Amino acid sequence: MNAALSAGRLGAILAKEFVQMRRDRITFAMMLVVPIVQLLLFGFAINNDPKGLPAAILALGQDRYTRAVVSALEVSGYYRFERRPESAAEAESLMARGAISFLVTIPSDFGTRVERADAPRILVEADATDPAASSGAVASLQTVANRALLRAQGLQAATKEQDEGSLSFVVHRRYNPEGITQYNIVPGLLGVILQMTMVMMTAMALTREIERGTMENLLAMPATASEIMLGKVLPYLAVGCVQVAVVLSAAKLLFGVPFLGGLALLLGSVLIFVLALVLLGYTISTVARTQLQAMQLTFFFFLPSLLLSGFMFPFAGMPGWAQSLGELFPLTHFLRVIRAIMLKGAGLDDVGREVFYLAVFVPAYAGLALMRFRSTLD
Amino acid sequence: MNTSENALVNAIDVRGLTKRFGTRTVVDNVDLSVAPGEIVGFLGPNGSGKTTTIRLICGLLTPDAGEGTVLGLDVRTQSAAIKRQVGYMTQRFSFYEDLTIEENLTFVARLYGLKPRAAAVARTLEGLGLSSRKDQLAGTLSGGWKQRLALAACIMHEPRLLLLDEPTAGVDPKARREFWDEIHRLAGDGLTVLVSTHYMDEAERCHRIGYIAYGRMLATGTVDEVVSGSGLVTFVVHGSLKPAQIREIAAADGVEQVAPFGTTLHVVGTDREKLEAALAPLAQQPDIKVEPGETSLEDVFIKFMTGAQDRAA
Repeated sequence: MNAALSAGRLGAILAKEFVQMRRDRITFAMMLVVPIVQLLLFGFAINNDPKGLPAAILALGQDRYTRAVVSALEVSGYYRFERRPESAAEAESLMARGAISFLVTIPSDFGTRVERADAPRILVEADATDPAASSGAVASLQTVANRALLRAQGLQAATKEQDEGSLSFVVHRRYNPEGITQYNIVPGLLGVILQMTMVMMTAMALTREIERGTMENLLAMPATASEIMLGKVLPYLAVGCVQVAVVLSAAKLLFGVPFLGGLALLLGSVLIFVLALVLLGYTISTVARTQLQAMQLTFFFFLPSLLLSGFMFPFAGMPGWAQSLGELFPLTHFLRVIRAIMLKGAGLDDVGREVFYLAVFVPAYAGLALMRFRSTLD
Repeated sequence: MNTSENALVNAIDVRGLTKRFGTRTVVDNVDLSVAPGEIVGFLGPNGSGKTTTIRLICGLLTPDAGEGTVLGLDVRTQSAAIKRQVGYMTQRFSFYEDLTIEENLTFVARLYGLKPRAAAVARTLEGLGLSSRKDQLAGTLSGGWKQRLALAACIMHEPRLLLLDEPTAGVDPKARREFWDEIHRLAGDGLTVLVSTHYMDEAERCHRIGYIAYGRMLATGTVDEVVSGSGLVTFVVHGSLKPAQIREIAAADGVEQVAPFGTTLHVVGTDREKLEAALAPLAQQPDIKVEPGETSLEDVFIKFMTGAQDRAA
């Protein structure tokens, strides 16, 4: 009579669950739209063998061998020579700022050495703060350049030995000579961890008041929209500072990540980043109506920012549209800033522009949140 | 404007207040005047617009139409200033359950900038008789105590107008009695009170009442005025009646309401002659007695509710 599983009762519960699922639009969107959007987005955007990496060439000579090698590297698709710095110092600054991933230096006596078959050498400096990003490009160097050189000399490679040729590349993995992944990942993790906790915590800020019924009372009392916003986000700024201290100490003590740049610049940038994050979370809480929705929206934001910011996959490897999209996430700019400061010892001159972009998110999110905030219950 | 002039101005004086949510008109052209020091009861069925009207008055909602003043301030444009002088006690307990009693009161005192703060909090705690339990979490209080705490927090900043939205829902009779004694004490000191309620006995403790249904204010006045204004006549039938007899009376011409009260039956209608004619056959029976009765506020409200429903339908 009272079976453990009755089709009738099970049906009743199933029917109720489906009705509730259909009513909750955000959940519904999360189930259908988000997977499709994300699949398309990430499927096309992510590329583990990035091509068209920004590179600079410092060609001291102007002979035909130099030109042949340069054009061959370009044709390979891995390099996009968009800068021709005049001096080594200028090239150095480009790399510190992250404007280029590679610097190819062809010595002035390159042509002469080729003709004399006197072990011509080319220096390639790769930005190894993201070891994965540069590996494909470095691996292709030898073959591509040698073939070009042989063609320029009017020769054909008859054997494999010849294919490798006499040309030798000296590859410097800058900032991370051993190609240690942690150097890249740990500073990035600081950004990711901060983003996850800060946004998630502040995304609950208003929905918690609404769900507990305390919002009505808060609004009936003389508190202004800005007071409520600042009052809600500043405590989490303090929480963020504690997290920063913990992660940075661990980065230094456990992972031995280098700290080359100034601490003040580092902490200043982190502070701006955390402020942007708590305001972003607060903005989410002005949109969401329940804590569950706030969580879902946070997650909806979290995944693309993780994948498109350059944290998990090389930023330079993404197509242009995906890069533009990636620029919209504070994490993208923060990763550039923190990697440049910690691993490259970049100063304010080098990262000033990125720090500025990061700072733009603060008034943008604050303005959006204040616009969205309803100081009435309408 | 000086204070003596201010005292003459109505605490609440709004006309044509209207609020729509989407296509639904929740408050429809409501006029309301409340004199200073008056306790006005706000009655009406669930969803009639009581809460919305209160929220419009304290500036938590912006009216779609209508105008007027609250404490002499424009209800449309000066809601920030109104908020400072109004105490609003929400229907649901809306203080922080994860803060202690004292922490909640301190929070309120700081928001209103009360000085000296500690003294204000201590005074309120003492008035509540909660000084010894000040470190208890507000969430662990019983319904009656939560209500007392909420009231105390709402009047901490000495508002001139107190808005109470169903303050005694779910509170036991003794606590309700004490609550109303407190309201009368506050009104005696000059505080104006607008209170919404479902309880008829509470309506009778108000100086004046307003009845709202489907967003419209159907009647205002003292309890006696509202009852006599309804034009209802009531007869009380004593004696045991069979269900069939009750159905017969209910269906008779001129009978608008029948309501059993214990062993008696209240029969209500607007037309005295028709009502007497309908009850005449019963009065003949030896074990049944029919006599004129007093129309209660409840009878009046049920008439309003049915009438408003018919209009809305």
